[in-house]
Amino acid sequence: MSPTTTAEAVAPEAGTAPVLELAGVTKTYRVKQGMFSAAKPLNALGGVSLKIHRKDVLGLVGESGCGKSTLAKILLGLEAPTSGQVLIDGREVTARERTVLARRIQPIFQDPYSSLNPRKCIEDIIALPLVVHKIGDSASRAKSVARMLDLVGLPQRVLRGYPNQLSGGQRQRVAIARALVMNPEIVICDEPTSALDVSVQSQILNLLGDLREELGLTYLFISHNLAVVEHLATRVAVMYLGKIVEEAPASELFAGPRHPYTKALLESVLTPDPNLSVPDTHLGAAYPNPIDPPSGCHFHPRCAKVMDICKTTPPPHVAGPQGHVDCHLHAAPAR
Amino acid sequence: MSEPVLKVDNLTIDIPMAQGTLHAVRGIDFELKRGETLCIVGESGSGKSLTSLAIMGLLSKKMRCNAARLDFSGIDLRKQSPRAMRALRGDRMAMIFQEPMTSLNPAYTIGDQLMEALQLHRPVGRAEARARAIELLGKVGITAAESRLSQYPHQLSGGLRQRVMIAMALMCEPELIIADEPTTALDVTIQAQILRLLADLQREMNMAMILVTHDLGVVARIADKVVVMYAGEVVEKGSAREIFENPRHPYTRGLLRCIPVPGKTKPGEHLGSIPGIVPSLIGKVEGCAFRSRCDVAEAACASDVPVRRTGEDHMYRCIHEVQAGAPS
Repeated sequence: MSPTTTAEAVAPEAGTAPVLELAGVTKTYRVKQGMFSAAKPLNALGGVSLKIHRKDVLGLVGESGCGKSTLAKILLGLEAPTSGQVLIDGREVTARERTVLARRIQPIFQDPYSSLNPRKCIEDIIALPLVVHKIGDSASRAKSVARMLDLVGLPQRVLRGYPNQLSGGQRQRVAIARALVMNPEIVICDEPTSALDVSVQSQILNLLGDLREELGLTYLFISHNLAVVEHLATRVAVMYLGKIVEEAPASELFAGPRHPYTKALLESVLTPDPNLSVPDTHLGAAYPNPIDPPSGCHFHPRCAKVMDICKTTPPPHVAGPQGHVDCHLHAAPAR
Repeated sequence: MSEPVLKVDNLTIDIPMAQGTLHAVRGIDFELKRGETLCIVGESGSGKSLTSLAIMGLLSKKMRCNAARLDFSGIDLRKQSPRAMRALRGDRMAMIFQEPMTSLNPAYTIGDQLMEALQLHRPVGRAEARARAIELLGKVGITAAESRLSQYPHQLSGGLRQRVMIAMALMCEPELIIADEPTTALDVTIQAQILRLLADLQREMNMAMILVTHDLGVVARIADKVVVMYAGEVVEKGSAREIFENPRHPYTRGLLRCIPVPGKTKPGEHLGSIPGIVPSLIGKVEGCAFRSRCDVAEAACASDVPVRRTGEDHMYRCIHEVQAGAPS
């Protein structure tokens, strides 16, 4: 049961085998739209399969409502998938083993102003995961907390302080320290820098990069800032309406996006170049209602390259050597 | 060229606090002509939002606002009564806020709110106001405009709500529009659409626009002129091209090093950063406020900092004569 024995059990194939795998994970919520109407199903995740390898940084991008956060919740064990499997080191994790997930996967959230308890001092905040999992005694916990502060670059004097005495960047460092105190292998970063000022954002990104090197961490990096994803990620998965429509190594995806949605996302990145104007992304229609998704390919009403087949038939899963794309454009030509 | 529509000279905003006076804005000046877009860039607490609120006459009564000059189309805004300011706002000058859900009234339909924006200022009937509302919803790219009029704000997505806010701000064809972080709460794809829309409408209606933002990508793409604020002061001001291609002030140069630029920054490489935090602006602030975080600071930075000019429109505030060139 303990994380160490699980890791040892699969040690021979570590390095090649994914440390974390999602196999056909779906999540359906039931949503009531009116007081008397019957609940309708909302497919937040429609069959997501994803592999994250050790020391990879998987960037997960997509618009709000596409299911990024639902995916993060399932990985953290905060929600159970409706169907499909979550595997760690090739071993399925069932809903009852939530603590196993929690020991090995830790989160860093977007807003360091609301993710830290304002009534607890910094030492208690960082030590809380150890207390919850009953790890060590108070002396060893204090030692771990002090080590974490050094690791994330905070002075020891903040230990007795409270979150409101810290700046946004310092708070995010506390959130990182709290995530790392359990020695997790995987850290889920959900928009970790979007609430921060530009000059602080770069410090946190540098810190996350250093920690990955130092501790051999694996990240799932959820962000809508594609410049940041390009900077940090080794692989990128693009999500649209609960499905991963394209997945590839970061360098490949940014150099040659294949799915029209990925292209549109990349075009909408505003690089600081005063010689360019605001781009036209050609994404005419608004983001669809997930309760009533479009037929065929969910992206077809907004797609610049829409064909007749896209309106009726769901896109094929076209696997390449390094990733995949779900799009009729890339299907093998008909016989 | 035409006369500036807005002239701001030595604007200061003080906030009395228990611990002393907080000098939130410390003497800023700029001018803006019709058809021009000015971006005010800065981090939280730099005073950029307060500056725009001061122009609109929307500062809280507790704050003390002074200026040597605050002229809007020949009207001295310092001398206007609250009633006169109310008549100007929404008519000749309008504002778009960051979070459209909190600035739209949830209890009234889109149509009611749009029509009110016009009928408050113009002697027009309901039918005429309704026609204008439909026309503007169409202009901001909302399909089936007529059926939207009877919808409530919660029935619209974030991007649509921001379009409604823009339509509302434009009901009376203002001369000046101030947008405070108009796209920060939106997805990147919607952000590009909204910014494009703002830029197109601004050109079409020949408005002056002030855009307050912390996003340098947005600034580079949309601004004619840029004002960089730090700790309540303008540290650098110039045309967008000058600011991005020849930044002079160490703070501007530092900011530009902080953001990853696809194609320029190597993936995984360390980004530049600005260590330290913004100083407290309570009490007397002397010398360069950036000196505690600046890597070229000297003892002389603690006393008065000269304003330097290079070219006609480019100024910066630094004791060093910084050479031009992209930040390394």
